[in-house]
Amino acid sequence: MAFEPPAAGLPGPGPDEGFPPAEAGAPAGESPWRIAYRRLLRNRIALAFLGLFFLIVVFVLAAPIWATHVAHTGPNTTHTLEKISVNGETKEVVEPSGRPIGPVWLGAGGKFFFGADGRLGRDEMVRLMYGGRTSLLIGFSSALITIVFAIVLGLLAGYYKGATDSVIARAMDVLWAIPVLLLAIALGTALAVGGLRIGPIHVAGNSLLIPILIIGFVSIPYIARPIRGEVLSLREKEFVEAAVAQGASARRIMFVELLPNLWSTIIVFFTITIANNMLIESALSFLGAGVRPPNSSWGSMISEGSDLIYSAPLLSILPGAMVLLTVLSLNVFGDGLRDALDPRAKVRLEVTAAQAGPEGAAI
Amino acid sequence: MARFIARRLIGMVFVLFAVSVIVFFIFNVIPTDPAQRIAGKNATPQLVENVTKELGLDKPLPVQYATMMKKIFSGELISYSSRLNVDEQIKQRVPATLALSIGAAILWMFFGILFGYVSATRANTLTDRLLTIFAIGGISMPVFLLADIFLYFLCHKLELFPEGGYATLSEGPYEWLSHLILPWITLAILYAGFYSRVLRSSMLDVMGEDYVRTARAKGLSLRRVRLRHILRNSLIPVITLFGLDFGAVIGGAAILVENIFSINGVGFYAVEEGIAKEDFPVIMAVTILGAFFVVLFNAVVDIAYAYLDPRIRLGSSAQ
Repeated sequence: MAFEPPAAGLPGPGPDEGFPPAEAGAPAGESPWRIAYRRLLRNRIALAFLGLFFLIVVFVLAAPIWATHVAHTGPNTTHTLEKISVNGETKEVVEPSGRPIGPVWLGAGGKFFFGADGRLGRDEMVRLMYGGRTSLLIGFSSALITIVFAIVLGLLAGYYKGATDSVIARAMDVLWAIPVLLLAIALGTALAVGGLRIGPIHVAGNSLLIPILIIGFVSIPYIARPIRGEVLSLREKEFVEAAVAQGASARRIMFVELLPNLWSTIIVFFTITIANNMLIESALSFLGAGVRPPNSSWGSMISEGSDLIYSAPLLSILPGAMVLLTVLSLNVFGDGLRDALDPRAKVRLEVTAAQAGPEGAAI
Repeated sequence: MARFIARRLIGMVFVLFAVSVIVFFIFNVIPTDPAQRIAGKNATPQLVENVTKELGLDKPLPVQYATMMKKIFSGELISYSSRLNVDEQIKQRVPATLALSIGAAILWMFFGILFGYVSATRANTLTDRLLTIFAIGGISMPVFLLADIFLYFLCHKLELFPEGGYATLSEGPYEWLSHLILPWITLAILYAGFYSRVLRSSMLDVMGEDYVRTARAKGLSLRRVRLRHILRNSLIPVITLFGLDFGAVIGGAAILVENIFSINGVGFYAVEEGIAKEDFPVIMAVTILGAFFVVLFNAVVDIAYAYLDPRIRLGSSAQ
C-alpha cells in the first residue's frame, strides 16, 4: 500500500478548506490502513508482545533442529533405563522410584535441558517444542475455519435479514446455549474411536483434524454474531444502495462491497480467536478429549504432567506457561490492533465478552 | 409482563429441545458403529447384535430420539460402563458444583465491581494500568496453570490448604471452606479482571451523561454521584454478562477446576466416567444439564430486565 504525498496545488480536502484535519499530523488523503499501521507502530506494548509471539513461533519451528543437533532424540523416544552424564556425574534418566530427572540445563550438552517427562524418560524440552507445533497448528487452523464460516454466516444473515437471518440466528442461539467446553467434549468423545466419516472421506479418531474441526466449529457462533451485527449496520449505508442501483448481484454486494469493509474487524477477531481456540484446545486435551496419542500438544503434556505435580511440578507448569505466554501475546497484540484500527471502539476486549468469559465460556 | 415471561419460557423450551436434538445427533448419528464400541473391541458379531437390540440402535432415528428423551426425563438413563443410574449420579454431585460456582461467582462479582469502580474513577493512572494487566492476564490464563501453581506452592510446599478433594458442609464448615477456597479464587481470578474492564468502560460512558452533571450541579457529593448515579446505571452490561457466564461456569469452566482440585462434582463425573470410559449417556446427560443452566440464567436475566425496563417488555423482539 504505497503512499504518495499529494502534490502541492492539487485540489483536495485540506485544513485550509474548512475540513477538519483527518488525524493530527496525518497528511490529507492517507489511507486508513496506513493510519492504522502508524498508530500500531506507536503502541510499544502491542509490538513487544507481537515480538514475543514471533519468538514462540521460532521456538516451535526450531524443534527438528534442536532435536537432531542438540538433544539427539525425538519427542516420542523413550530413555527409561538410560544413564546420562551431567557435568561429569552419571545420573539415571528415570530413578527406580519412577521419578524423572529434573532440568539439567546445558549440563549434558543440551540433552534433557528441562529434564525428562516421567516414567518413559522422554526429553521434556524436545516434547515442549513439538507439542507447541501441535498447539499452534490447531489454534491457527481452527481459527481459520471459525472465521471463514463466521464471515459467510454473518454476511448471509446480515444481508438477507428476514427468514435467512432468523434461521441462522436461531441456530447460533442453540449452539450458544451449550457451554463451549461441553460441546467440544461431546464431539471429541463421539469422534474419538470411530473417527469421522463424510462420504468417501474417513478421518481417523486420533487424527489432528478432529480437534481442529471441533474447535473451529464450536467457536463459530461467538464470531458470527458480532459480524452479523456489523453487516446489519453497513448494509444501510449509501454505497450499498448505490451498488443495488447499479444492478449488482447479492453475491457481489456481499463479497465485493461489504466484505472489504469488514476486514479490520476480521483481523482483530482472527488474532483473538487463535488465542481463544488455543485455550480451548489445551482444556480439551487436558481433559482427554482433544489431541490423542501418538500426537501431543501443550494441553496433553499438562494433563500428563499433572499426575506428577508434587514430585516434578515443572512438567505441568512449563507447557502451561507456554500456553499462557502465547495466548497473552495474541490477546495483547489483538487489543493493540483494535486500538489502531478502530480507536473509537469503547469496549476493548469485547470479543472475549462475546465469548462469555475466559476459556470462551470457556470453555 | 406475564406475556413476556410466557414468551421467554416458550423460547427456552424450544432452545432446549433443539439442544437435545443436537446432542442426540452427536452421539447417535456421528459415531461409526456405536454398538461395536459399547460391546468392546473383541466382541463377537452375536454380542454386537444383542447390544444393538438392547439399546434400540436398529430402530428409526426419531424412535431412538424419543426413547433417549424418555429415559432422561424418567430418570432411567443407565451408564454404559458402570451400569449406574446417570440421573442419580448427577444429582449427588450437583451440590458440590453449585457450591464451587456460586462461591466463585460471589468473589468475582465483588472484586470485578470493586476493581472496575477503582479503574474508572482513577482512569489512566498507574492503578488503572495495573488492573488492565490483571484483566488481560486473567483472560489469557489457562485454568490449570493457575491451579497447578496453587496446588504446588500453597498446598504442597506451604501446606496451607488440603491437596484437592472436597468436604461436604456436614463435615464441618472449616473443612468445607478450606477445600473450596483455592478453587473459588482460581475461578474468580479468571473472571474478575474481565468484569472490571467491562464495568470501567461502562462507567466512563455514563460519566459523560447529562444527568450526572445535573446531579453534581445540584450539589450532591462526588462520592454520592459516583455510587448512586454512575455505578448503578453502569452495572447493566455487567449483569448481562453475568447471566451468560454463570450458567456457562456451572456447565463449563467448573469442569476444569473440579478435575484439577479433585472436587467430586458434575464436571468431575463427566470426565472420570464420561470421557475416560467413553460413556455416552454420562456426557449426554451432563451436556443437556449444562445447556439447561445456561438457558435458565439467560431467561432469568432477560425477565429481570423486562421487569426493570418497560421498553424491553413491550418491544417485539424477545431476544
